This record gives sequence, C-alpha cells and structure tokens, in this order.
Amino acid sequence: MNLDDFSSSFFEEAEELLQDMERYLLALDPAAPDAEELNAIFRAAHSIKGGAGAFGFTVLQHTTHVLENLLDQARHHTLALTSAIVDVLLEARDVLQDQLEAYRAGAAPDEAVANALCAKLEQMGATGGSARPAPAPEHKPAPSAANAAMADNGGDPLLKVSLLKVSDQDRKLLLDELGLLGKVLSHSGDDQRFEVVLQTNTEPDDISAVLCFIIEPEQVQIEAHTAPLPDAAPARPVAAATPKAGAKQTAAAGKGGGDNGTIRVPVGKVDSIINLVGELVIVQSMLEQAVHRFDGSALNTALSLLRRNSRELQEAVMSVRMVQMDYVFSRFPRLVRDLAGKLGKEVELVTEGGATELDKSLIEGIIDPLTHLVRNSLDHGIEHPDKRFSLGKSREGHLFLSARQQSGKVVIEVSDDGGGLRRQKLLDKARSKGIAVSDDMSDQEVWQLIFAPGFSTAEQVSDVSGRGVGMDVVKRNIQTLGGHVDIESQEDVGTTVRIVLPLTLAILDAMTLRVADEIFVLPLVAVQELLRPTAKDLFTMAGEDLFLRVRDDYLPVLPLHDLMGLPQVERIEDCVGIVVEADGRRYVLLIDEPVGQQQVVVKSLENNYRKLPGISAATILGDGRVALILDAEELRRVYHSRELGRQQRNSALVRQAQRMQQEQMQELVE
Amino acid sequence: MNQAKQMTKQATQVRQFLMFSLGNEDYGIDILKVQEIRGYGQVTRIANTPDFIKGVTNLRGAIVPILDLRIKFAVSEATYTEHTVVIIVNIGARQVGIVVDSVLGVTSLAQEEIAPPPEFSTALPLEYLIGLGNAERGMLVLVDIEKLLTSEELALVDKAASAS
Repeated sequence: MNLDDFSSSFFEEAEELLQDMERYLLALDPAAPDAEELNAIFRAAHSIKGGAGAFGFTVLQHTTHVLENLLDQARHHTLALTSAIVDVLLEARDVLQDQLEAYRAGAAPDEAVANALCAKLEQMGATGGSARPAPAPEHKPAPSAANAAMADNGGDPLLKVSLLKVSDQDRKLLLDELGLLGKVLSHSGDDQRFEVVLQTNTEPDDISAVLCFIIEPEQVQIEAHTAPLPDAAPARPVAAATPKAGAKQTAAAGKGGGDNGTIRVPVGKVDSIINLVGELVIVQSMLEQAVHRFDGSALNTALSLLRRNSRELQEAVMSVRMVQMDYVFSRFPRLVRDLAGKLGKEVELVTEGGATELDKSLIEGIIDPLTHLVRNSLDHGIEHPDKRFSLGKSREGHLFLSARQQSGKVVIEVSDDGGGLRRQKLLDKARSKGIAVSDDMSDQEVWQLIFAPGFSTAEQVSDVSGRGVGMDVVKRNIQTLGGHVDIESQEDVGTTVRIVLPLTLAILDAMTLRVADEIFVLPLVAVQELLRPTAKDLFTMAGEDLFLRVRDDYLPVLPLHDLMGLPQVERIEDCVGIVVEADGRRYVLLIDEPVGQQQVVVKSLENNYRKLPGISAATILGDGRVALILDAEELRRVYHSRELGRQQRNSALVRQAQRMQQEQMQELVE
Repeated sequence: MNQAKQMTKQATQVRQFLMFSLGNEDYGIDILKVQEIRGYGQVTRIANTPDFIKGVTNLRGAIVPILDLRIKFAVSEATYTEHTVVIIVNIGARQVGIVVDSVLGVTSLAQEEIAPPPEFSTALPLEYLIGLGNAERGMLVLVDIEKLLTSEELALVDKAASAS
C-alpha cells in the first residue's frame, strides 16, 4: 500500500466532483440560484480542498480554498451572483482540472495561473461583497490574467507550431493533442498553414513525435515563439474550451500503457448480466439432470465443458462487480490523523491487503461499520501517549487494518494495541443493564456483550464515539451482509475485531435438503456436521424444549418440519440432524434427508413479495422449481419466539424423549 | 353492440377490463395492470402464511408470489388442474400472480357504464372496488387490483416496503 493508491482514488473522486461542479454551475441560474445547487458546488470544492490538503497539493488546496470562500459568500447571499461570476467559477473549475492533471502526472501545477485565478476570485469576492454586480471590471482580469501567467512564467518557453496542409478535422484533433502537451495560447490559420502558439516545457522533438501519429513529419514546423501575442484575449476561451476533452484524453492515455484502465458501467447493466449468467447456470443444471437419464459419454463430456465454461463465465462476470478494499481503506489515513489529533493521541495506521476484492454492494455496506470500529479503536482502544508510556508501551499507538481472502470468504480485521476490553467491567455493565451473565462465561461470550443494544462502556460520551450508533448496529449491518463479527481481546495488550464476509451476495455455496416432499436450501457456512440422532440422546426441558446430546454438548433441537408447517416427526431416528452454527451458537436442525451440495443463485423474495421469517431469499433449482433459502440464525429466533405457536412444536418427539428418559431412569433404579 | 354506441364510447373515457370468474361470480380488473396469463405451474409452498397465499413460483428467473382469490373470497372450491389460470399482474415494479377459475375475455366500459360500488359490502371492503359493471352473464365486479394487492390485509408487501 503506497501513497499512489490513495492519491489515485483521490484523483478519481476529485474528477467526479469537478464534473458535478461543472454540471451544477451550468445549471445554476445566477438571478435565482438554487441553494441546494450552491451547497453542492461548495461541498465539491470543499471535498477537493480536504483531499488536496491531505496529499500536500498546496497549490490546489490554496486555489480551492479561495474558491470555497467565494462560494461561501454566494451561499450566504453576501455575494450576488452574475453570469460573469459563474463564468469565472467555471474557469476556476477548469484551472482546478488542469492542476489535478498536473499532480496526477507528478508535475507541479502552473502556479502563475493559480495565482491569477485566486486574485480574480478574491477581487470578485471583495467587489461582489458590496452586492453590486460589476461585470465590467470582471471581464478585464481575464486577458490580463492570461498575460500575467505568461509574463510570470519564465520556465515554460513559447513555441510556435505550424501545421501545413492539415484538414479542418485533423486540426481539431491536433489542437487537442497540443492542449495536452502545454497551454494553447492562440491558434489561427487555414488549411494551408495553421499556427498554434503553445506554452510548454515539452521538447519540440517530442511534440512533433506526438503529432506524427496524426500527420506526416513534414507537415509540422516548430520554432520558438518570441513575438508578443497578437491578442491574448481569445487565448483564454480556447484554453477554457479545450481542457475538458484534453483532460479526459490524458487520463485515457496515461492508463493505456499497460495499466489496467477502468470503464464506468451502470450497476444495473452489470446486474442484468449477472442475472443472465445465473439463468445460464440454471439451464446448465437442468440439462445435466435431463442427461442423467441417458447414457451418452459424449454428452457428458460436452456437459462438463459447459459446466466449466459457465462457471468461468460466472466468475468473470462476478469479478466485474468486485472492488478492491483500498476503496474503503483509503479513507482511513485522513480520518485517523484527524481523530488522533482531536483526541490528543499518537496513532500510526497500517493497512494491509488493500488489493483484496469484494463485491461492490458489500464494499458499500462495510464502510460504515468499519468506520465505526476504527473510531472505537481510536477513542476507547488506544490510550493516551502518557498512559501508554507508563504501561511500558510505545507512545505511539498502532492501528492495523487488514483484509484477506480465506477459503471463499473475506476476512477484515481492525486491530489495535490499546487497552483491550475489560472483562469485569463488561460483566458489571451487563448486570446493571439487566443482561443475564455469569462469571464463568467464556471470554468470547463476554466480548459478544458489547454488541448488545445500548451497551457502551465508554466512561464518557465523546463526540467521536459513544453516541447512539452502537456496536449493535455494526453487528446488524454486517449480518445483513451475510457476515459475522468475532472479537479477540486481551487487557492492556489490544483488541482485534474480525469481520468475516462472503465474497459476494449473489451466489451461495449451499446444501439442499428435503423435508416431506419439499426442498430447502441451507447456506453451507452454517453447516458444521451431519448426524443420525437417536432417542437415547434426546432430552426434554420443561416438557417442551428438546435437546440432543452431541458428544459432550446438549444442543437445542429444531425440527424443520415444525418451522415449515409440515407433518410432525414421529421418531427422531427417521431424521437427519444438521449441527448448525449461527451467530456463535449451535443447534441441531432436524430434516428428512440431505439431497446434495451445490452453488445456488440467490434471488430476492422481496422484489415481488416480502421478507419471510426464517427465510433469507429464494433460489431456482435445476427443475425450475423455487426453493427457499433458510436463514440459520433467524430460524432459531423464530423457533424460540412466540411467532411459532405452541401447538406447532413437535409433541411426538417430546413424548419419545420422555419415554426414553423414563426407561433410562428405570434402568438406573434397577 | 352497434356502431353509434361505440362512437360515443370513444368520446367519453373508456376503460378496458380483463374479466375472469371466481366460482359463479364475474370480476374485472384494469387490463393495463395485467402482464400475462399463464397456467398454474410449480408453486413452492411457504409456511406460516395465510392459506390464500399459495406460495412462490419461478417466472423467468423472478420469484413471484401466487395467491388464490378463490380462497380469499371463499367463492369456489380451490382445485388446481391443468386448466387453472394464473393472471400475472403488475403493481408498481412488482409482479404478483392471482389464481382464478377462468378468464372470460376483455370488455370496454365507458365511465357512465360503471355503477358506483354498493353502499355496503361485508366480505370485500369497498375501498378495493372500482364499481359494478354489466357483462353478458350479469354483474361484473370491478376490483381495484392494485389497492387490493397492496392492502395490509393481504400482507403481500412489507409495510416498510409499501411505504417507500
């Protein structure tokens, strides 16, 4: 992870912000500016300023700062907008774009242009402050600014590029190209001879090399331009008109050379591709089932090819949606720096595995929880430098953010070397909140307490954390993404919060199972083991709840039959038990028989219908039938809540267990 | 139906309704809400839902709920044969399938041909009715299918989702 990665995301963001800014500026009605639009422009400038400051792009920061001031005045109606002001604002936007391009190319931006622009903006703010729109003085600075830029700029020489016998169309192209190499100050001429005055630090040879992609070398003449500009005034509009196209091309050209370029694709399009591929997978498995009835080895070979191809296609298409974790991580250095400063702490942030890819929807969903965890670590985890010192730790705290792929999952860790969680404090707090706890709970269970709603051990609420949005929200957010959270902590050594997420939400590794004549789908992650239960391991509690002994544990038993309103089980020996782990707790799900293991395409139930208790989504099986995907955690909740009527509980199994217990009791007595 | 009458129909506002039967009763719904008519295919039952919700089916890759209006209105024996018809209706962005006994056809009714809903109704709340029309076989109950299917009573839509 280096600074380049951070800055490239900044550039992309800034590029977008500038585009927004332009769009809003263009839509702005100076006579009656829309407050929302003004705010949006202001925010764009503000965001760029923030990023520029973080990366040390001082010229950009300064320019945006001046621009921001002017916009702020407009926002607060102390500056009456005129179309002339909007023009200058647009010009400022273009200058910002140029500066961004310069920084992106690793060059220094043109300070003279920036200074001239800032002077103009400041002057505008001053004269506009008197609420008197003065278009006349505002128009003047434009050419003088351009002149000043040239006069001040001793570094970049002026070149006269003459293009001979070049068609109108090519001239435009060439002009754009030249715009990328430097600043086009003026251009004039006709088909026979077209002269461009260019301010650039590029060598003439390089310029002609670039132009020769379009025209022949003989058609280009380059010489130093010494004569004063005939008229600087038209130069500005040209410069203002070209940068946009020019900037786009630089970006494209810069990335074309081996670097992986990006295209912007509407998510909707990608989603429809994913749906189609999902269909393909379904068709493939339909074919597969059909072929099972024949005996044709050729067919089988073809099918296995189809299977491989469609799987590959699926993965390729899924990868379109994949976004690198850097997208999330890149926003933390600044946050950590600011927050540490605010809290008077010294913190070093280390990120690792930023190249790990995650589905876009997951990436977006993970930002908030992760931000919360980082804030928590800074606020509650890492101690003040003095305290750290007295504990024999380095004054500087460390915060590690890491992401990695691990057996089809993405593991994201937020880890600090701070104070750690205090077991006793958590237990006391839980008791005072009326949460049932015992002193011999495992650490893991104690740490899970912080996810309880309204649970905050912060001694005082600061403006950093401890305000409302608690860890319970973090946990819930992560669970809706299909993931779970673990905590490891040791007092005075540190805390690690581990988030485990699926790679994608669209496809699920699952087990298909049968109950009565219905097929259900259970996510494979929840499945720990399958077992054949026997009555001697079955126990009852309060004559209603069933438990099964699995080795040394007694796990609650949930017959899926009851949950799905199917005929009750008479003998537990007729069932297969699945040991399911959900949310850190285990239970035994009784089913009739497992059917198989396959990847299923997750289909939303809510699109056309509604959320169903105990069901997370649906999928389409090989025969075209819909099967419901079980939500392992919710099933438990549903079973133990009042949502399921008492009469729906399996009484036959309870009787069987009681009979068995009685027999065992008698055996003991005898 | 003579030409003159059709002319006047053109002049006033004319609505087209898809007519279907539930038992011996005839109903009509706005044709613009109807997406397609198909047979009663494989429907996956859903536990803990009212009995008129038959489950969900696969409509070209989308999961679509199927409900049986015959059970909801308790008008006829709900039997499912190869002739059982499902009308897929569009409600906003949603698709819902409704099971009916048979589809009778399409009729055009001018505004003045639609009598206002009766002043009382015990089984079918008045708010779900557009009015009463006249069909060959007699009374045609015009149902506001959108209101009916998004009603809390049918619980087809999450409250949160329907609010948005």
